[in-house]
Amino acid sequence: MGQKLTIEPVTRVEGHGKVTIHLDDENNVVQTRLHIVEFRGFERFIQGRPYWEAPVLVQRLCGICPVSHHLAAAKALDVIVGVGPDNMSPTAEKMRRLMHYGQFFQSHSLHFFHLASPDLLFGIYAEPSKRNVFEVIKDFRDLAVQAVMMRKFGQEIIEATAGKKIHGTGAIPGGINKHLSIEEKMKFLIGKDPLNVDQMIAWAQGALELFKDYHKNNKDLIDNFAKFPSSHLSLVRKDGALDIYHGVIRAVDTDGNKILHDVDYQDYLDYIAEEVKSWSYMKFPYLRSLGNKDGWYTVGPLARLNTCDFIPSPLAQKEFETFKAYTNGKPNNMSMHMHWARLIETLHAAEMIKELLNDPDILEGELVRKGNKTIEGVGLIEAPRGTLFHHYRINKDDQIEMANLIVSTTNNNTAMNRAVELVAKSQMNGREKITEGMMNAVETAIRAYDPCLSCATHALGKMPLEITLYNSNEEVIDVLRSE
Amino acid sequence: MGPILVDLIEKWVIKNEINNISVDSNYQLNIEDAYTIRDYDIVIFIDASIEEIDDFIVTRVQPSDKVNYTMHSASPSFVLNLCNKIYNYTPETYLLHIKGYEFQLEEGLSQRASKNLDEALRFIKRLLLRPDRLERNLFAQIS
Repeated sequence: MGQKLTIEPVTRVEGHGKVTIHLDDENNVVQTRLHIVEFRGFERFIQGRPYWEAPVLVQRLCGICPVSHHLAAAKALDVIVGVGPDNMSPTAEKMRRLMHYGQFFQSHSLHFFHLASPDLLFGIYAEPSKRNVFEVIKDFRDLAVQAVMMRKFGQEIIEATAGKKIHGTGAIPGGINKHLSIEEKMKFLIGKDPLNVDQMIAWAQGALELFKDYHKNNKDLIDNFAKFPSSHLSLVRKDGALDIYHGVIRAVDTDGNKILHDVDYQDYLDYIAEEVKSWSYMKFPYLRSLGNKDGWYTVGPLARLNTCDFIPSPLAQKEFETFKAYTNGKPNNMSMHMHWARLIETLHAAEMIKELLNDPDILEGELVRKGNKTIEGVGLIEAPRGTLFHHYRINKDDQIEMANLIVSTTNNNTAMNRAVELVAKSQMNGREKITEGMMNAVETAIRAYDPCLSCATHALGKMPLEITLYNSNEEVIDVLRSE
Repeated sequence: MGPILVDLIEKWVIKNEINNISVDSNYQLNIEDAYTIRDYDIVIFIDASIEEIDDFIVTRVQPSDKVNYTMHSASPSFVLNLCNKIYNYTPETYLLHIKGYEFQLEEGLSQRASKNLDEALRFIKRLLLRPDRLERNLFAQIS
């Protein structure tokens, strides 16, 4: 008789997920699934609310990247108020970018130091009691301290640009509601050690060196763990540069061929569709041109470095060249290299924070512009975990009547399921017992994507839940629906 | 409820010119809060609770090696332990649990939650005015 193994919850993952692994009579893995069992409701919740509330309300989707939702919503509403990204005031765009880089910096730092480092520093097969941040502190105290300070620095950038640490109000339709003060600027530029941007750049470089050293000594794990071919999608600047705030959508296949040619994200529905599956609340997006079977893709740090042509900051660009050379310029499909890409982006974020702090536009200039109002708009942004879509339509009373959100973790849904399947088959085939190390291997594969499952399941209310039973011939034998 | 209570306390502290109390508000606790609490003698975390309690209770927080945090937030015990491990300091720490009833995406507090919040605010004010009686007051609530 076959077995079903359940790993629940997936630790160190925001939200709630469940992995099931089905074994046959010979203990071979026949099916794996990452189930999303948490259910939220923002798309419904914000219907009927005045459109200008959206950038504040949607931040409650997530405790770790509220800024991404804040800015994606604001960008969509920019379109609705007739101020597209190309006619945003320089001050507004730069303040928003500063906010966004602050978030990238804190989020990526947290992930690497406190969440991924136990696996990397002690190995994924280490005792569970060893694989946690307190053990990291025992052996690598400086790293843990740096992580605390890097996250604090990023959070303070957010506070200075968004108005407050949580549920900021900085970005408003058509612009921003504040400048940076000279005191804030100087604090971040030359502030008390260690909370200044040069120290942050140095620590980001240190983290990269740590990863590269680890990679040198653990090539098999880093290069081959959960490695599988995939397509990659992200925002890129119109000239092909890495850009996490604005640009066009580009996707490449596993060989680097463009399969989405720098398209305007206002038309995303022409290119991307979402498939619903009975066993998960999280949808499965895919490229229409390739269909739901072959059109899946990954988003996030690795995807961004696979789609962009260069990074527009010197230190990160140098690291990017090393990163690209490792795969001879081809897309990198090694899941654990997500950590490498994430650290290159961390360095880029720190460099961009410094560049923006030195830009006079953040201290003065026009904050908000107005234009000709329309009823529909799409905002796209690269959140730390990947591409984030916000799409709104309003009615004549300025109330939101439709909202569609495709969050980063949803974009990675198929990829995460593939990673889980690959690791499960490589670790568990033919075995009768599941060790902690094997279970952690599955979780490690998921963690590489830094998923935020609470973000990814944003439906609300009494959604009917349908359970369909199939027999071995894939015939439906029962359907159960709860209202 | 936490942010609302913190906001009310902050206003009260300013109005009464109490200068040895700081307040802070987060959507979720995280690692940088270990840095924040390292500068204080006494720390009181405040949060809404779904526990079986009448209105509110206060419990002592102990640092815990148990890493039961999700990827992106931390418990008071985790923050306290991180502070202890990184900064070799453990402030006296408490958690004020205020009973809440409705946690859907809605505006405002329910009537019962508002009442509990008022009770908790009165309690906190008494504590802050007589910090020397902190320990006794707190454990009186637990019993």
